[in-house]
Amino acid sequence: MHSDAAEVRKHIRTYLMIGAALLVFTAITVAASFISLGVAGNVALALIIATIKGSMVAAIFMHLNHERRWIYGSLVLTAVFFAALMSIPLFKTADHIGTAVVVPVAAGAPETGHEGR
Amino acid sequence: MDIPYVVETRPDTGLTNGKLGIWLFLASEVMLFGALFSTYIILRTGSTVWPHGELNVPLGAVNTVLLIASSVTMVLAWASLKLNDFGKHRLYLIATVVLALIFLVNKFFEYREHLGHGKYPSASTFDAIYFTLTGLHGLHILGGVVVMLYFLGPGAALWRRNPEQFANRIEYTGLYWHFVDLVWIFLFPVLYLL
Repeated sequence: MHSDAAEVRKHIRTYLMIGAALLVFTAITVAASFISLGVAGNVALALIIATIKGSMVAAIFMHLNHERRWIYGSLVLTAVFFAALMSIPLFKTADHIGTAVVVPVAAGAPETGHEGR
Repeated sequence: MDIPYVVETRPDTGLTNGKLGIWLFLASEVMLFGALFSTYIILRTGSTVWPHGELNVPLGAVNTVLLIASSVTMVLAWASLKLNDFGKHRLYLIATVVLALIFLVNKFFEYREHLGHGKYPSASTFDAIYFTLTGLHGLHILGGVVVMLYFLGPGAALWRRNPEQFANRIEYTGLYWHFVDLVWIFLFPVLYLL
């Protein structure tokens, strides 16, 4: 941590500049939502801007740009689990359990009453 | 017996216990909100109809500005302590509390308007996830306000006894507060604009 008073004074200017940049990016986020890029395009753009803003908050306000490795280590672990959590929707998309399956019935074969799954 | 490593750093981690503790807590918070964001994606992609323009975008944008401004005042409250200026610290902390309270008042009006149109959490999938995400976030704001009020009230006495420990406590509060701001930075476009 920068506990030195002179260094803190220097950082105050950075905090104010980051605050202003975050406000500008908020305006960009709202403006970008009026541009029609398709659902996927708009989602991607909004998340990219949000990630830039989030990175600024984490790096400067939360001082992650110069932290100890124990903090980085715990955050890397969190990022791995977070990525796993975010991949759950992908598994959901690939999952067809419960979807009605039409099984072709051979001519003359007796009906069993099963639905295939 | 005094709690060790509240001011001086541990030789093995190079951190105070409180600093490591708040980061581990924030890691658990990432997973909590991550689970809900993941749920949002599943509900959104699995839904055939999703409302657009149902929320008050200008009010949501104002709330975003309020939280960003409160993050700036919070970090300045901590920086003022490092500059040994307790008076300025209190002013910045009060400003942070006021901005947070205006956020909550805005949210109250927003909820009232939404519920007034019969849009209860049970009305649709969108309403369910909207109230869950913003409600949980609002509770975090409220929690932060309670902690800041404590440091403006009885908790402020620590400044006279142990200024460095007090500055560390404000730093941990700030880390939590910035995280709450960070969550809203993602909630705003996801719920209001997409």
